[in-house]
Amino acid sequence: MKDTSSEDTPRKAWMSLLAKAPEGRVAALFDAQHARPAFTWLRAPEIGSTMVRARAGATGAPFNLGEMTVTRCALTLESGEVGHAYIQGRRKADAEMAALVDALMQTAQANRLRETVLDPLEAEMEAARATRAAKAAATKVDFFTMTRGED
Amino acid sequence: MYVAVKGGERAIENAHAWLAEERRGNPDIVELSIAQIREQLALAVNRVMAEGSLYDPDLAALAIKQARGDLIEAIFLIRAYRTTLPRFGASRPVDTGAMACDRRISATFKDLPGGQILGPTFDYTHRLLDFKLAAEGAVPQAATRDAGTGPVPHVADFLNREGLIEDAPPVDTPPPDLTREPLEFPADRALRLQALARADEGFTLGLAYSTQRGYARNHAFVGELRIGSVPVEMDIPELGFAIEIGEITLTECETVNQFKGSKTEPPQFTRGYGLVFGQTERKAISMALVDRAMRWQELGEDDQGAPAQDIEFVLAHADNIQATGFLEHIKLPHYVDFQSELELVRKLRREAGASQLQEAAE
Repeated sequence: MKDTSSEDTPRKAWMSLLAKAPEGRVAALFDAQHARPAFTWLRAPEIGSTMVRARAGATGAPFNLGEMTVTRCALTLESGEVGHAYIQGRRKADAEMAALVDALMQTAQANRLRETVLDPLEAEMEAARATRAAKAAATKVDFFTMTRGED
Repeated sequence: MYVAVKGGERAIENAHAWLAEERRGNPDIVELSIAQIREQLALAVNRVMAEGSLYDPDLAALAIKQARGDLIEAIFLIRAYRTTLPRFGASRPVDTGAMACDRRISATFKDLPGGQILGPTFDYTHRLLDFKLAAEGAVPQAATRDAGTGPVPHVADFLNREGLIEDAPPVDTPPPDLTREPLEFPADRALRLQALARADEGFTLGLAYSTQRGYARNHAFVGELRIGSVPVEMDIPELGFAIEIGEITLTECETVNQFKGSKTEPPQFTRGYGLVFGQTERKAISMALVDRAMRWQELGEDDQGAPAQDIEFVLAHADNIQATGFLEHIKLPHYVDFQSELELVRKLRREAGASQLQEAAE
């Protein structure tokens, strides 16, 4: 099997980012700056599920925890680049947008897309994560020792 | 003999129309939106996702609305919907060690790396009704504080370093799936954990409580309880690599239990494990206690004949959709079955009456 972890790292990163984006957010960022290109479906958006697995005791043998909804699609640009999307939830419009960005990231538009869509999206999601982490941190217990019993 | 009868179509139709009207309630009161349920009844949504065994907050909220707040009916709707979905594949096992924790507490170590993070908990509230919630009003903003970066290590890792707790070495046998294969016994731990993760919260809680009260006593400490989000990663065959396809909230509970040791194992702590979709803390702790109780054989403990130790009993009765399906079916027409019972009782009474007459005559 080919070692894909190195060669596909950037693509893996942007596809993972697009999959976790809030509903409609990628389209809002994209449509503000770009026109949607023509494309043909390789696989029209389809809703299905993925079985989420976990490990007994967090590190042991895998077990099936339960399923989650997933929408997937694949498309081809007129210039031939193929875009894929696998995203959480039942979101056909978001899946189409994610696959379009995936395809366009393989074209000369990649740098502009990164600046106008991926970077702002990543910053927003990071800010949301940081806010949540900061609220959690504010509930961290600071223990202090009361008077001990011995004289 | 099975006799089919027809009838009742109009009654059924009218009953459903009335149900729709009752579901809506007084039309002068503003209608609930799915988003309101998802955002403001999040723990009900989480329970429906966990026991419906499908992570999708919007669908769970819709099911709760449709079921008029009857959570088992909502879980039923989710289970039925789930069966219509094509399965795209299975994820890689989620890494709960990399969880972005909203809450993380340990009852066994006060000062643990990463600290005790209470999160948005009901603990330490006074359980007094808050009449302020009956009036509309702004909520105070939650405080914030600089958060450390990086994942919070699991408590079991520290004990593991001293060899004081049983190890859970990674293996990669593909797990059995009770949604694909009928449940068969003996059920291995992977199958038991799958069944418990979707088991009824009340049933699991009752069994877990029974172990605390002495039925299969195994004295559990909550080594760690954590709630937060983890990415879900799946291998995509057409790409040849794995991507994150989303992010889910999970509640994980790991218990630390006393263990005297056995012929092959030195005295050490053993573990029970609970992992559930959403913020579902009571269920996750219950799951960990029941998981530990069902491990008695593997750990060489005595069969105390306790319900929580009886794997077949637990797994065969833990699913509330199976249970409610069988329970509630008895309210549906059984006219023919009952007719035959009626005939039988009449016949027995006739025979009993005849023999009494005969005895009296003799």
